[in-house]
Amino acid sequence: MPGVREYDDIPGTFVFDGRRSRAGYALNMFCMSLSDPRNRELFRDDEATYLDRYPLTPEQREAVLERQWLRLLELGGNIYYTFKLAAFDGMTFQQLASKQTGVSEEEYVAMMVSGGRSIDGNRSRRTTEGPGPEDADHG
Amino acid sequence: MAEIVGGVGTSHIPAVGAAVDKGKTGDAYWKPYFDKLPPAREWIAEVDPDVCIVVYNDHANAFSLELIPTFALGLAEHFEIADEGFGPRPVPAVEGHPELAWHLAESLILDEFDMTLVNEMTVDHGLTVPLSVMFGEPDAWPTKVIPLAVNVVQYPPPTGHRCYRLGQAIRRAVESYEGNERVVIFGTGGLSHQLQAERAGLINAEWDYQFLDQIVADPEAVTKISHLEYMRDAGSEGIELVMWLIMRGAMSPTVREVYRATHVPTSNTHNGLLILENV
Repeated sequence: MPGVREYDDIPGTFVFDGRRSRAGYALNMFCMSLSDPRNRELFRDDEATYLDRYPLTPEQREAVLERQWLRLLELGGNIYYTFKLAAFDGMTFQQLASKQTGVSEEEYVAMMVSGGRSIDGNRSRRTTEGPGPEDADHG
Repeated sequence: MAEIVGGVGTSHIPAVGAAVDKGKTGDAYWKPYFDKLPPAREWIAEVDPDVCIVVYNDHANAFSLELIPTFALGLAEHFEIADEGFGPRPVPAVEGHPELAWHLAESLILDEFDMTLVNEMTVDHGLTVPLSVMFGEPDAWPTKVIPLAVNVVQYPPPTGHRCYRLGQAIRRAVESYEGNERVVIFGTGGLSHQLQAERAGLINAEWDYQFLDQIVADPEAVTKISHLEYMRDAGSEGIELVMWLIMRGAMSPTVREVYRATHVPTSNTHNGLLILENV
């Protein structure tokens, strides 16, 4: 199922479709395994050995060990699965979001308290902002 | 016959559950949101439902990528609370209603909605946070619960139109049940939010207000919102709002809006709450 999708122009967003699900299956199932406290202990004892259980690509393995949060999504990680690794590290969703967006937690929280990231300028990577003909039916 | 006596739309933000569990609801950050809840809690105490059908999504807890049901109906007597990575929430376990749940299963499948049937599963914050929002911190939940988990994690989720039609089928199913249970249906998730990548933190309050107005007054119009529009305008996780259409479909075509509250922000999300009654 390669090819360009109509949602690929949404900036700063990875839609977790079949393409990403296939690429990230082992990575996400590793993250899922951290739901079990016994696995959390094993991973805590020796992260690299624990990861040998999962057929990760070298890039995915590095992204896990180095906690490259945005890269994990680029390599097929889903945000809810990736959050299991963040929760293992004791992080909140806001702390994870600040790392993905490359700002400090304080800056991220301040943005949220002031109303969040604006939709203006964030709807599409296309140079002409505004609704395309395909989404004109709401409103 | 059994009857649907109310509809609740609410966000299911995990941080709300954490605030309740850690006794932080009076903190400066949390108080403005929790101060908006008493009218909703008074309403549901007055309605006093026997059963709540809670439409929610599992967040990689009961289900994983191993098996991805689009619509999963919980049939069990009892549902334990999921360990989402830092131990289960310290809230009461959820008691099911197997007899009504099996009636729903039979009615919905024969009505051509191909439900996945679940005899054993845990329930995560998607289900327990709405219970905390509406019921506070009781020793036991004052209602039986039938979980209806919808896939919104693996693209594509079911369409809004399909969700609305499923809600209508749930209404037919409840009304054909020979018991006299009074049922409240919850649609949960949303409002606008994005948790992932460089656009994380997106909130589009104007879009949300229009969504709330329309889901009350013109739900057929809401069924036409495309997945593309949800993801573009309400954020990649805002697509959860299709689940509100299951609730709305189970209500009468014309409804009375009993209560509405919104709050920006809760964690990463525009937090919404809507109470509807049939007319």
